Amino acid sequence: MFINIIKTLKNNKGEILELWMKNQLADSVLTEELISHQELRKQSEELVNALVNNLNENNINDSQSPDFDQVTELLGGISISRARLGFSPRETGSFILSLKEALLEILKQESSNVKELFEETLKLSRLLDNFTILTFETFIKGREELIMRQTDEITDISTPVIKVWDGILALPIIGTLDSARTQVVMENLLQEIVKTGSGIAILDISGVPTVDSLVAQNLLKAVSATRLMGADCIISGIRPEIAQTIVHLGIDLSQVITKATLASALQYAFKSLRLEVRKTASEPTGINK
Amino acid sequence: MTRDTIMVLKEQDVVPFRNRVKEYAVKIKMGLVNQTKLITAASELVRNMLRYGNGGEAIIEVISKGPYTGIRLTFKDEGPGIADIPKAMQDGFSTGKSLGLGLPGTNRLVNEFDIKSELGIGTTVTIIKWANG
Repeated sequence: MFINIIKTLKNNKGEILELWMKNQLADSVLTEELISHQELRKQSEELVNALVNNLNENNINDSQSPDFDQVTELLGGISISRARLGFSPRETGSFILSLKEALLEILKQESSNVKELFEETLKLSRLLDNFTILTFETFIKGREELIMRQTDEITDISTPVIKVWDGILALPIIGTLDSARTQVVMENLLQEIVKTGSGIAILDISGVPTVDSLVAQNLLKAVSATRLMGADCIISGIRPEIAQTIVHLGIDLSQVITKATLASALQYAFKSLRLEVRKTASEPTGINK
Repeated sequence: MTRDTIMVLKEQDVVPFRNRVKEYAVKIKMGLVNQTKLITAASELVRNMLRYGNGGEAIIEVISKGPYTGIRLTFKDEGPGIADIPKAMQDGFSTGKSLGLGLPGTNRLVNEFDIKSELGIGTTVTIIKWANG
């Protein structure tokens, strides 16, 4: 009786679309904020056409069939774009689940034989459930890509190299200094040393919450690399509790110049460049002078 | 909130775990220095677990003994185990390329330290830090 169901669906494409649209719009979570009704209708129509046109008695039991390539492609595109637009998983999932309801509704109208109806329903359900799973997989992949991109961005944002004076670079490190981070920090720092011809680099760790032996080891690596480039390295921003922890942990930082604050590191750097900051004798009279 | 089990399976799990430990430490009013020591110790052990034991589970518990309150952390992995514990507890010994301060350093940072390991079965490390110890 396969032909029956397929024919039924093919003949009722328009009705399926109407029912589906009704189902989707009845779902009050779907507002026009994220997608316009026209756009939604276009997406839905394309999908209904792709699905019903490619459906035949052989592939109804096989969602992996190449006949459905067009459907999976459409679905993939829709769910990825929805993930990026900030749709919730429920909204994305109900998109395809409400199609299933529309299809089953049509079947119900056409057939009165309970046993036959049950069997056809089961087949159609299985097929659409597979598409639902696919939708979720793609949706999550879209979200993961978003997270990956943000992670990259955070890594970039949090490692700026600042030229504070001629010959002095400062690098405020914020967050945990893991191996990947160290790599970025070191690259940026070494490149900037070459570019600006700086002789002193200040690594400020005020924003590093925990200094364990791995972080310390990574810091020491950055310091040795800086030295190899012929620049001096000062580590600043060592808080009292961090100092105590470092001592107990047994990390030897005695080979490195360390300072409690960025200000004292800067002072030290000025001194070694034989620069001096002092008050002028008379009050400045205006900002332009 | 007196007990929590957290699975640590990848490097990204380290920071959330540390934050969790910190929440507990703040809750029992642990001083800043002890907090930092405990979190650093936790960080060392959790990294060890990831690096040598392929990850495992970490348990955070609030415990009390007489007038003292403290935090007990248990790290369980099913890695290859440690062949020579006394050697692993020496400063500067590492089978990896690290500073070799993880275990001995942690021992110095906490009040109680216990390590059990069986080759081929896994390693369990337990540490206790008292709020004002």
